[in-house]
Amino acid sequence: MWDFLKLAVLAVIAVFAAYAANQARDLAYFVHALIVMAVAGGLFLYQLRRFGEERVVETGYMDQVIRYGVIATAFWGIVGFLMGVFVAFQLAFPGLNFEFLQGMGNFGRLRPLHTSAVIFAFGGNALIATSFYVVQRTSAARLWGGNLAWFVFWGYQLFIVLAATGYVLGATQSKEYAEPEWYTDLWLTIVWVAYLAVFLGTLYKRKEKHIYVANWFYLSFIVTIAMLHVVNNLAVPVSIFGSKSVQLFAGVQDAMTQWWYGHNAVGFFLTAGFLGMMYYFVPKQAERPVYSYKLSIIHFWALIFLYIWAGPHHLHYTALPDWASTLGMVMSVILWMPSWGGMINGLMTLSGAWDKLRTDPIIRMMVVSVAFYGMSTFEGPMMSIRAVNSLSHYTDWTIGHVHSGALGWNGMITFGALYFLVPKLWRRERLYSLSLVSWHFWLATIGIVLYASSMWVSGIMEGLMWREVDAQGFLVNSFADTVAAKFPMNVVRATGGLLYLTGALIMCYNLWMTVKRSPAAAEATAAAPAE
Amino acid sequence: MTKEPRKAAPRKAEKKQKQKVETTGHSWDGIEEYNNPLPRWWLWTFYATIIWGVGYMIAYPAWPLLERATPGILGFSTRSDVAEEIRRFDEMNAPLERKLVEASFEEVLADEELKSFATHAGSAVFQTWCIQCHGSGGQGAKGYPNLLDDDWLWGGDLESIHTTIMHGVRSEADEETHTGDMPAWADVLEPEEIDSVVEYVLQISGQEADTGLAEAGKVVFEDNCTACHGDDGSGDRDLGAPNLTDAIWLYGGDREAVKESVLKGRKGVMPNWNARLSEADIKAVALYVHQLGGGE
Repeated sequence: MWDFLKLAVLAVIAVFAAYAANQARDLAYFVHALIVMAVAGGLFLYQLRRFGEERVVETGYMDQVIRYGVIATAFWGIVGFLMGVFVAFQLAFPGLNFEFLQGMGNFGRLRPLHTSAVIFAFGGNALIATSFYVVQRTSAARLWGGNLAWFVFWGYQLFIVLAATGYVLGATQSKEYAEPEWYTDLWLTIVWVAYLAVFLGTLYKRKEKHIYVANWFYLSFIVTIAMLHVVNNLAVPVSIFGSKSVQLFAGVQDAMTQWWYGHNAVGFFLTAGFLGMMYYFVPKQAERPVYSYKLSIIHFWALIFLYIWAGPHHLHYTALPDWASTLGMVMSVILWMPSWGGMINGLMTLSGAWDKLRTDPIIRMMVVSVAFYGMSTFEGPMMSIRAVNSLSHYTDWTIGHVHSGALGWNGMITFGALYFLVPKLWRRERLYSLSLVSWHFWLATIGIVLYASSMWVSGIMEGLMWREVDAQGFLVNSFADTVAAKFPMNVVRATGGLLYLTGALIMCYNLWMTVKRSPAAAEATAAAPAE
Repeated sequence: MTKEPRKAAPRKAEKKQKQKVETTGHSWDGIEEYNNPLPRWWLWTFYATIIWGVGYMIAYPAWPLLERATPGILGFSTRSDVAEEIRRFDEMNAPLERKLVEASFEEVLADEELKSFATHAGSAVFQTWCIQCHGSGGQGAKGYPNLLDDDWLWGGDLESIHTTIMHGVRSEADEETHTGDMPAWADVLEPEEIDSVVEYVLQISGQEADTGLAEAGKVVFEDNCTACHGDDGSGDRDLGAPNLTDAIWLYGGDREAVKESVLKGRKGVMPNWNARLSEADIKAVALYVHQLGGGE
């Protein structure tokens, strides 16, 4: 019965997608309808061949989906970094916006491809894979929902492909970090609810009495992203056969909703979710207890209470009323210590194991990650202050700030987690090469330093040039003057990105060789949950 | 002096001891948690930011109420900040502005400070009111003259530019506006005549043309066009009649475009800015346009 239902649903989707492709009003929609048709058709055939097959009920931890997640994380990471390096070079050398690509290779289309690839494809896959790993281990329970975890994984990859191809083909609703059009948003909503169900279901059937702190952070991330995603993407499609849609909100309300979403994408996706990662992998790798349970509770609740207010600091000195701008700024500044709670708990967990910094490059990576987290969560509140923001806003300083967080904190903690996970998941005794990890560490660190420092210089210079007026109050510089002045910094930034990408390629090689060449580990002694 | 280290030493040891024993008693996949207290500096800094936040929200507009938000005791407003800054500069520049209105163009150009003020102010006026038609660099577009070259329809010296800006071109609202019509010749000339005169225009502007037709066109030109465009086709600035012998074209210079101009006529319009801009602004923008490169 269940098999019949599945086949029927897949057939309906495939046929409807074929019809939609025929009716398509624009290129992006047409291509997307074809992709959906191919996926649904392929799944239909796959189901048909397995029709009536005996299903073996698997027990133990569900690790195959996590292995896939690890591969997807590494793959999308490379794609995202490559895009980043390319758009960075485009900024320095505009000739790289090749005419023969008919606009598809222009900065304007590749930039959202870069941001979405690193945040949602690389970061999102890292979060899904690690949350599946962590929630099983710390609950001593297999993932809830049977194959639902597979649906989450593959559904999320489909979302990424639809989003990415949409950008290149020009389908965008022009909301930063929420560019995908309405049908892609609807699909992500379905996938995300399934993700929430898997996570909550697993927590519900846990064998541990208490829920481990990492899972609070993961759960807050999943729940809040669902809410943000739905509200910010409220839109009415112009036609069900076209990608264009009309936003529900307009003007300053739209701007405020967008940055309520945008800043909490940083707060809950890139901070809370990754803190979940940190709370598992740092104590595991350091083999030390977490520094303070009390601190973890207080900073968790303070963090999620305060972050949700911080959005208006993206809209200082705009049509946004002053009061909203004040609240955004005040909450951002108060957020400083709750953010640092995570850093303290991460760093102090290593107290008593500081010697490992010398011997274990993975720990070193995690420490640098937490340090960058601390730095950018200090920089953020500072930049949210109106007076500072009046200089920093719209300049490269913001780009530098974001990247010290993204490359330093999110990237490095993910690399640390991948180095931890691969030997465990593929049952290898150890990594293929620790010295390659060291190489990765240094390339990435130097890359980030080049990136952040060049953007500080560039951003502050740009801000000062924009506001420079002569004795009579007239602006001294034109916009083009600032673009010309930024050239050397743009080259340094792109070089930093190139180093970071090189490090990530070394990591991929190392992980690949770990799976291929490292000796197998002795039979796993870790207790699998009995089911 | 000797007391302090003695006191500190046991405390430190005690702390270490504490750390070793106090975990919460749970273990998840081998991870335990110490029950360390909140770091004091962390807690106090957190409190300090909260207190600062409360103070800031009292001082500045913060909480939305039913009708309006709390204004804050400092009376801060970004809008009045901007207004204040603009007023300050306006006040500061008021003497310069008066001087600009009173001075002749020669006097302005001789006074470095005044000249700098005028060109900058003119640039601001240009960026606000003129770029919609003439382009952000003054490069113009089809039907909108390029202001960077030395081809001027109504004259390119400072006085002429000033007059054009003041009264506009074919602007109905101003009686002193520039007038001069290029009629639609489709109503007047025979089709063959139009074809031939187009060839003639192409010929005098140095383009490839049918010499036979141009020969006939010359006669048509002399009968109908020389009144405005001059005997040699070099135009007349009093009537805004363009020079037809150079390579600069307002509506395009190929066969198609020239024919369209002859058939339909051309009546480009520019508003009279004296109704909208102050005398100082008009003078400033005239100076700005003049120094763009083509001024005479």
